Amino acid sequence: MKKKVLIINVCKEKLSYFEFVKPIENIVKKSGLRCKVKNYLELKEKDLKEVDKIIICGTALKDFDYLNHIKKFEWIKEINKPIFGICAGMQIISKIFALSLVKKTLIGKYKVKVIKKKKLINKNFYAYFLNSMAIKTNKNFDILAKINRVPCLIKHKNKEIYACLFHPEVYNDEIILNFLNQ
Amino acid sequence: MKLAVLYSGGKDSNLALYYALRYENVKCLISIFSKNPHSFMFHTPNIELVKLQAEAIDLPLIIQKTKGEKEIELKDLKKAIKKAKEKYKVEGIVTGAVKSVYQASRIQKICKALDLWCFNPLWLKQENELLKEIKKAKFNVIVSGVFAWPLSKKHVGKKLFDVVKELEKHGISKIGEGGEIETTVLDAIFFRKKIEIVDAEIFGSNNTWFYKIKKAKLIEK
Repeated sequence: MKKKVLIINVCKEKLSYFEFVKPIENIVKKSGLRCKVKNYLELKEKDLKEVDKIIICGTALKDFDYLNHIKKFEWIKEINKPIFGICAGMQIISKIFALSLVKKTLIGKYKVKVIKKKKLINKNFYAYFLNSMAIKTNKNFDILAKINRVPCLIKHKNKEIYACLFHPEVYNDEIILNFLNQ
Repeated sequence: MKLAVLYSGGKDSNLALYYALRYENVKCLISIFSKNPHSFMFHTPNIELVKLQAEAIDLPLIIQKTKGEKEIELKDLKKAIKKAKEKYKVEGIVTGAVKSVYQASRIQKICKALDLWCFNPLWLKQENELLKEIKKAKFNVIVSGVFAWPLSKKHVGKKLFDVVKELEKHGISKIGEGGEIETTVLDAIFFRKKIEIVDAEIFGSNNTWFYKIKKAKLIEK
């Protein structure tokens, strides 16, 4: 049986779904894996149990509604499945593991420097950013890549939990595919 | 949410408008008339037709003229968006951007500066999916400009679906995402009236040809 991926939609507005979730869904489907999309407010325990990997998508620049419902993501701490958080997904993972959020606006294409080569990526690359917050890591996370001094790809030291500040669906499909295939 | 849609009259801005009409409250359209034929952001051959298209759709239209110089046209766009915010109390902007990071990021920055939501419902949409959707929404789309080899005079003025196979054969994006073709929408499911072309002229040379609609009228559907 092919692996199943849970794609979590954190968009408050339906129009944002088409911009931030649908492209991820297309990449997962194209890779040949099965996928299921769920809004985080409607997520059930069963949804988490029946999948192999989880992607938490981004949302619009003005949307921070998910931070008002951060308790809905407490399962991230307990679950033992690979997770990949994109932009808003990175903020959610950071909040759950007590990493601090800092104001930082990046909009457009920027060069990213790889600090630690891992399976997801092994050389510098260009990525599309659309964020008004960034994060500060702590001892529980490795920084895999940075833009200037800002961590933009991180991994939990003991868990298969990754998060990125940029939107890999725009220029870096291979990062998502590497996460799905590893 | 009250929204304004950036509107060029082509298939992408019309499809984005259709999305916005389905899910939110569209208060107005915004069109930029650029004098620069090489503008990366705004130039389209039949931009003047947006007045009739807005009437056909029954939405108010904000027109902003610009010389089309790189940074000035962004200031002019910002001015138009600000006007929509003040006049129609819009809380967000919708664009028909599909792949252009250049366009999308500039509009995102303007929205951020004006504290507005920015929606790009066609973002990264696959070509076939986009074509399927415009067919389903009963778009009558014509090719109003061609800008790539081996496209020629014979392709302009034709219905988009009549030239799709040929575009594919030549390895050209079927939706003209690289700017190989420009389109004009004459009717769609959300148009209250449809547009009939009364007079048009074809001009150009080599692989750059335009279908300029000189006169058109609205007719009942």
